[in-house]
Amino acid sequence: MNFLSLFVLIPLLMMLGLWVSADMKQIRAVMVTGASMLLVLSLGLLASFLSERAAGNTAEMLYMADVMWFAPLNIHYAVGVDGISVAMLLLSSVIVFTGVFASWNMNPMPKEFFLWFCLLSVGVFGFFISIDLFTMFMFYEIALIPMYLLIGVWGTGRKEYSAMKLTLMLMGGSALLLVGILGIYFNSAPEGGNYTMNILEIAQNQMPMNAQRLFFPLTFVGFGVLGALFPFHTWSPDGHASAPTSVSMLHAGVLMKLGGYGCFRVAIFLMPEAAHELSWIFIILTGISVVYGAFSACVQTDLKYINAYSSVSHCGLVLFAILMLNQTAMTGAVLQMLSHGLMTALFFALIGMIYGRTHTRDIREMSGLMKVMPFLSVCYVIAGLASLGLPGLSGFVAEMTVFVGAFQNADTFHRVFTIIACTSIVITAVYILRVVGKLLYGTVANKDHLALTDAAWYERLSVITLIVCIAVIGMAPLWISDMIHGSLAPVIEQLTK
Amino acid sequence: MEYTLLILLLPLVSFFVLGLLGTRLKPCVAGWIGTLVLAVLTLVAYVTAWEYFSMPRVEGVYATLVPLNFEWLHFTQNLHLDLGILLDPISVMMLVVITTVSLMVHIYSMGYMNGERGFQRYYAFLSLFSFSMLGLVVATNIFQMYIFWELVGVSSYLLIGFYYTKPEAIAASKKAFIVTRFADLGFLIGILVLSFYTKTFSFDLLTSGDSSIFAGAAGSTFLGASVISWAMALIFIGGAGKSAMFPLHIWLPDAMEGPTPVSALIHAATMVVAGVYLVARLFPVYYFEAPDVLVAIAVIGAFTSLYAAVVACVQTDIKRVLAFSTISQIGFMMVALGVSGMEGHEGLGYMASMFHLFTHAMFKALLFLGAGAIIHAVHSNEMDRMGGLRKQLPVTHLTFLIACLAIAGIPPFSGFFSKDEILSAAFMFSPWIGWTMSVIAGLTAFYMFRLYYNIFWGKPAVHEHEPHEAPVNMTLPLVVLAAITCVAGFIPFGHFVTADGLVYDIHLNWTVAGTSIVIACVGIAIATVLYMKGTNPVPTRLAERFKGFYTAAYHRFYLDELWLFVTKRIIFGYISRPLAWFDRHVVDGAMNGMALVTQKVSWAIRGLQSGQVQQYAFIFLLGTLIIVLLLLYV
Repeated sequence: MNFLSLFVLIPLLMMLGLWVSADMKQIRAVMVTGASMLLVLSLGLLASFLSERAAGNTAEMLYMADVMWFAPLNIHYAVGVDGISVAMLLLSSVIVFTGVFASWNMNPMPKEFFLWFCLLSVGVFGFFISIDLFTMFMFYEIALIPMYLLIGVWGTGRKEYSAMKLTLMLMGGSALLLVGILGIYFNSAPEGGNYTMNILEIAQNQMPMNAQRLFFPLTFVGFGVLGALFPFHTWSPDGHASAPTSVSMLHAGVLMKLGGYGCFRVAIFLMPEAAHELSWIFIILTGISVVYGAFSACVQTDLKYINAYSSVSHCGLVLFAILMLNQTAMTGAVLQMLSHGLMTALFFALIGMIYGRTHTRDIREMSGLMKVMPFLSVCYVIAGLASLGLPGLSGFVAEMTVFVGAFQNADTFHRVFTIIACTSIVITAVYILRVVGKLLYGTVANKDHLALTDAAWYERLSVITLIVCIAVIGMAPLWISDMIHGSLAPVIEQLTK
Repeated sequence: MEYTLLILLLPLVSFFVLGLLGTRLKPCVAGWIGTLVLAVLTLVAYVTAWEYFSMPRVEGVYATLVPLNFEWLHFTQNLHLDLGILLDPISVMMLVVITTVSLMVHIYSMGYMNGERGFQRYYAFLSLFSFSMLGLVVATNIFQMYIFWELVGVSSYLLIGFYYTKPEAIAASKKAFIVTRFADLGFLIGILVLSFYTKTFSFDLLTSGDSSIFAGAAGSTFLGASVISWAMALIFIGGAGKSAMFPLHIWLPDAMEGPTPVSALIHAATMVVAGVYLVARLFPVYYFEAPDVLVAIAVIGAFTSLYAAVVACVQTDIKRVLAFSTISQIGFMMVALGVSGMEGHEGLGYMASMFHLFTHAMFKALLFLGAGAIIHAVHSNEMDRMGGLRKQLPVTHLTFLIACLAIAGIPPFSGFFSKDEILSAAFMFSPWIGWTMSVIAGLTAFYMFRLYYNIFWGKPAVHEHEPHEAPVNMTLPLVVLAAITCVAGFIPFGHFVTADGLVYDIHLNWTVAGTSIVIACVGIAIATVLYMKGTNPVPTRLAERFKGFYTAAYHRFYLDELWLFVTKRIIFGYISRPLAWFDRHVVDGAMNGMALVTQKVSWAIRGLQSGQVQQYAFIFLLGTLIIVLLLLYV
């Protein structure tokens, strides 16, 4: 048994622990212990990964393990990590950790809520450690299904509609994905031999060009639905708006990253020729996403809708950067995934905390919150500044890497879309400052709000953890950017073959 | 000179300490921490300047020192974002200017902001600003400059919006940030273009005069201009945004909603000249690779200067007058850079621009701090609430007068010397620009003395409380700055800062100097006749006579209405709202439509699954019959 499997095992044990716990106190104990263990584990993984690399281990994937699972179809349970998966695991464990504290007073049915929450984590962690397409797909599905219940049961507003919409759209995506994966599988041995699901093995053989042309769009769109690819993003505003706080955090913070990660690990890595040939279509779509999301966010009045559209814009930039097909832009894409994950989780956490107090998310019904809850308001401003790309916070590092990388493509088409994507920095400033101005500044309009309290300790812990992560990446980005940059070498090699 | 690291470290630490401890500190403790840190910083900056300029020159120029430079972020093989400290004559000069003015503002604010809610926050933001501004001027590469450029932008945003319960302040801070962000978009794209062709961000390489780095761009043109010209023009847009060049100046007058000491520091002396500094920093690139852009800079500078001077003549809010005067003076600096050459006497404009930046920072900060003392005394920004204050505010009056004389260009005050050099450079380039700038200099003298007389002379206004002089911690900075204004003109500036780095001795060109003194005196005389008594009916009659022009100028030629139109109507009305509607009704509608169709179809064909065996048997038979018939006859 390889220690990477602990990432899947711990949430499973947490589920077991929840099963036997009797009251809220025990539930919290189980969740906090488990989430902390995950966090420590991912930090340990990071440390050991960095030291392995420093010691000169240049293997593509580290800590590999492979167990035959279903021999007739050559399906394995195969795990391994490179710098990108390490970054994603770190992100996921931070979000799970903070998510637990953000849903400290979960009501009703806390036990059931956290059970599904843990199952979701199983899927997420499993996805990032897998290097076998089948295992990957399985974990992907495990991550999607609990979402339906988490939103449908514990959500707010039009929760049944939103849950149904979200699940059906994402399932639609997985249907395309399944076809794509099967297509890859049956083309994995063009010169005869056993078909395989192992990503590293498939990458060693060229898939036939006509197969690539067919299956690249399927996999890209399949994962793209989860990455909020225009025009398949409409599950996002409704889904996020109805989801409870920690679910929004996990969903926007981690689950949407599954999309971006899958796009590049499966679609680009395994079908590089088709990526070169067809990237233009998706560059147009993602270019639209970036600007369209930002503009749409400008006129929303519900805090969660604003953030959901902002996510469309930021996640659009992730896919956009991946499609630039060079090492710098792709590094930027992964950084943007990290940065967006942390930022958006912070936003959703804060929105949840504000909603929990004012019982409204409509910015027209609130003002002057800075006076009433200074801590939450200051954190909101910091989140906003991170989102609009202030240097010193993670957003800047990611965006600049993307823009510099994207600009290395010298043809007019890429140039035009890069410049279009750059304009998002202005539009983002418009909608962020609009919210900050309306929500936090000014005088308190609603007298009932004067009696509200500021954040409790568990809320502070959750918010501060996220801010620290954002600031660390923002102020000292070199180590993480180098780790990602190095791990992208095999992908670039594929692309230039 | 490794100790220069303190220049960045100290204010950053102070920001974190003040920001994190916040209200747990007593207001006065927070104030003292901020001020002491700044005092130490000022000392470090002076020592740096002393040590730097006492170094022996190498081949007649001061060496460029880089005491610190490390890789902060890695992009490609050639492009990496470094952070570091670069010392050369202009950055050392800027260090002195920024720390001096900032220290004065820190001391002054102890009195001015006394008792304000959020005093600790105010000092935290001031520290953040000092950190960002100092980081900007010592940047070793253009990307580092961009980083700190954004940081000064956000400090400015936070400080303009310091009174966050005031709707005007919120609107002004938002406007300032968004307008400059828009300009920064140009800056960013400019950097991307420039670095793509030159493969470097480093100022050292870009301005070394070695044209081989630009070889990569040879022959690449876009719409008839070389790509390097485009890049430099885009970078200038960034500078124009921060330095409030027409038409991106609209944020600056509104920024006066911030506390007055902030206006003195950020919106008069330091941040708004960042654009001038940027052009000066990249001057060799402009001069050798994009001379066409340099001409455009001169023209834009001159136009902005004229426009702002005209508007300043009719404003009634004293801070607005000063704001437009700042815009106008920055226009002077831009013109000087635009008309400058490189070597010896040809490079006069560059030297003059930096000289004017230096003297202007001092006397404009003095004017703003003086205005703060006046506002403190009468609790209003409007001129008609003032008048006859020279008795009640003797120190403020005297220092304000010195600053007015300096900006009007009367010898021996500092503004005379620097402005005179600019006019000489402008005449050398083209008489058109020279005469335009001379007229603007006359307008400057006129509106400054209109301001002066309206505040200190004329009819005293009725006050609820008798106005009284400000406390010592406010008047002390005024006196210090006034002293600097009196002597700064005699600094042999050409020995420190010139375009080519070689020593240049300033010789007053008495034809130009004489003309400019005469013009300034005429401006002052007209102001004296019209406003000294406060009873002259001519100004009102003139305003009646040229009502259309007067109203237009008073409303700043309706550019703010244009801005409102662009944001409210175009961005929100014509783009965002339709897009949001499109998203909800068309894109999402399509998804819902698909679901609806699926549902409808299911309902329609659900009759087929009735569970009745007879029906199934019938359909089965029918199907078989059809197939058999098809097989037989087709």
